[in-house]
Amino acid sequence: MSEEFTLKRISQSEWLLEKSGEMRVPGRIFADIQTIEQLQTDVAEKKEWNALRQVRDVACLPGIVTAALALPDVHPGYGFPIGGVGAFDLKEGVVVVGGVGFDINCGVRLLATPLHKEDLSGVLSELADDLYRTVPAGLGSEGKLRLTLDEIDQLLREGARYVVKRGYGVEEDLVHIEEEGQIPGADPTVVSRLAKQRQFRQVGTLGSGNHYLEVQTVVRIIDPEAAAVYGLEEGQVVTSIHTGSRALGHQIGQDYLKEMEQASRRYQIPIRSRELVCAPILSDEGKRYLSAVACGSNCAFANRQVIAHLVRSSFARILGLAEEKMHTVYDIGHNNVKVEHHLVDGTTRALLVHRKGSTRAFGPGRRESPPAYRAVGHPTLVGGTMGTASYVMRGTNLGMEKAFGSGIHGAGRALSRRKAAKKYWGKDVKSAMAADGIILREHSLRGVAEEAPGAYKDVERVVHAATDAGINQPVACLRPLLVIKG
Amino acid sequence: MPLPAVPTQVAVQMIMPFEYLDHTADVCLRGTGETVEEAFCEAARALFNLMVDLERVAPKRSQRVSLFAERLDLLLVEWLSELLGQKDLTDLFLSRFHVDIRQGKDGFHLEGEGWGEPLDPPRHRVKLEVKGVTYSGLHVAHEGKIWIAQCVVDI
Repeated sequence: MSEEFTLKRISQSEWLLEKSGEMRVPGRIFADIQTIEQLQTDVAEKKEWNALRQVRDVACLPGIVTAALALPDVHPGYGFPIGGVGAFDLKEGVVVVGGVGFDINCGVRLLATPLHKEDLSGVLSELADDLYRTVPAGLGSEGKLRLTLDEIDQLLREGARYVVKRGYGVEEDLVHIEEEGQIPGADPTVVSRLAKQRQFRQVGTLGSGNHYLEVQTVVRIIDPEAAAVYGLEEGQVVTSIHTGSRALGHQIGQDYLKEMEQASRRYQIPIRSRELVCAPILSDEGKRYLSAVACGSNCAFANRQVIAHLVRSSFARILGLAEEKMHTVYDIGHNNVKVEHHLVDGTTRALLVHRKGSTRAFGPGRRESPPAYRAVGHPTLVGGTMGTASYVMRGTNLGMEKAFGSGIHGAGRALSRRKAAKKYWGKDVKSAMAADGIILREHSLRGVAEEAPGAYKDVERVVHAATDAGINQPVACLRPLLVIKG
Repeated sequence: MPLPAVPTQVAVQMIMPFEYLDHTADVCLRGTGETVEEAFCEAARALFNLMVDLERVAPKRSQRVSLFAERLDLLLVEWLSELLGQKDLTDLFLSRFHVDIRQGKDGFHLEGEGWGEPLDPPRHRVKLEVKGVTYSGLHVAHEGKIWIAQCVVDI
């Protein structure tokens, strides 16, 4: 039987998936017409995975509030779509492993430098080689910081703060990390021994897939006021680190997927797809999972903190730049679930907000933002493709009203990895980037092919749709100078 | 370098195929075989083939696993996730498998063994890391004359 999804266009970049059948709330999709057409094509072609169905299935979950959301970088995932947001009532709602994914708190750290693009001329290649050697990346890579089980527990409780205490980075970094790099309520006893053992050698490693380290230059300031607040200016050199919670987060996801499968049956939760296995938020299983996510999130913050330190050491070696001169602009995750307060129908309510391939994007005035950023709202970091551009954006008041203060996280894939690998050769991608003046140092050429810029949607279009919908506001555009891929 | 001899039943299963189905963000792997055991072995090969060039991984050392699940499809997730998790402890990347599955009163028991060697990134031509095994696209069934064991893995 063919599926049907009725989409009503609300504005240029906002669509309503009308409530029908078992949906408890409608779906709301912020996207341009091309993205919507792609989603509809997936349905028409009876693709096994389509994001509209995923939005609908999320809208059927118990306790969901207002609407199941998809942001402009939406594409099919498992459980939630990528670019999906779901907020749940704490009493009636559920917590969904597929609303977070395996790479818990995968995210981006942006480091600013006082350097300008010209300062790198002649040393870019040397810097690339040094970063390639210094930051462990790729399958099977091992970090330099080896921890005991007790130390891992401390890291899970304290997050970035723990590794700062161990000499990786400075106290000032913590102020500019989401939740100050330490999510409360992280109880290491709810994380399996296997998860911790898998992490022993992986603290401070980049990983592979879409993870990267980029040295970039600010090519355009779009919002001068916010850019000044964030300390960004045209021509400036910055560095982005995209990675997550590594094997520890992956194993937490795996362990709790199994636990939630059993919980879904035990609590007889009416889920439309096994991908959405879940537990009541207030159940023992739900609470344990949330605590495990806090552990995984802290692990990811610590991981990016260690890598930031390694990046600084490279800049110090090659350019003589003092480590304290590379400030953390912000560090924000995009695979999360958090208790937040939002205004719903005129009443402030505590909700559990899942963001899968979506960041928090709180507008001006929220106390969750670092004091220095509060007036304009914290930055959101949008990773583009390695050959095009990334963006610094910020949340808006409208985004608080319409999207639970959520933001896009990247360009979003357009081609599957298989199709990308068929269409592109890693070496050709590398040459094309070199012709554009972008140095690539990779650990896997196959990975480069799968991550070819052409495998992604046009980041400009995605940023435009988020801006046009009014939920996010662009601040600065960053272009890569050198890329390290795992 | 010639490959060491492997048990015959393992060698036989090598001719059975695995494939990948299109999934935008991640990968749906599918192992097939004349028996459910062969399909599970092929699914495991499909899993490791995402990370390394299987043909370059010599079956030098072995690793055993013993698992239980209430249903066959859940057993597939257990099998693949166990292999994925253990590789970070043993450092073994596996290329050959043998599996026995027995149906018990409450579910299915799996006794499995994998052969491989410690990761050597340049020689094994490393590809990408697999983050986890999902319930998405999960399907274990006897269709026509073949068994299918498939699911989406997160990259």
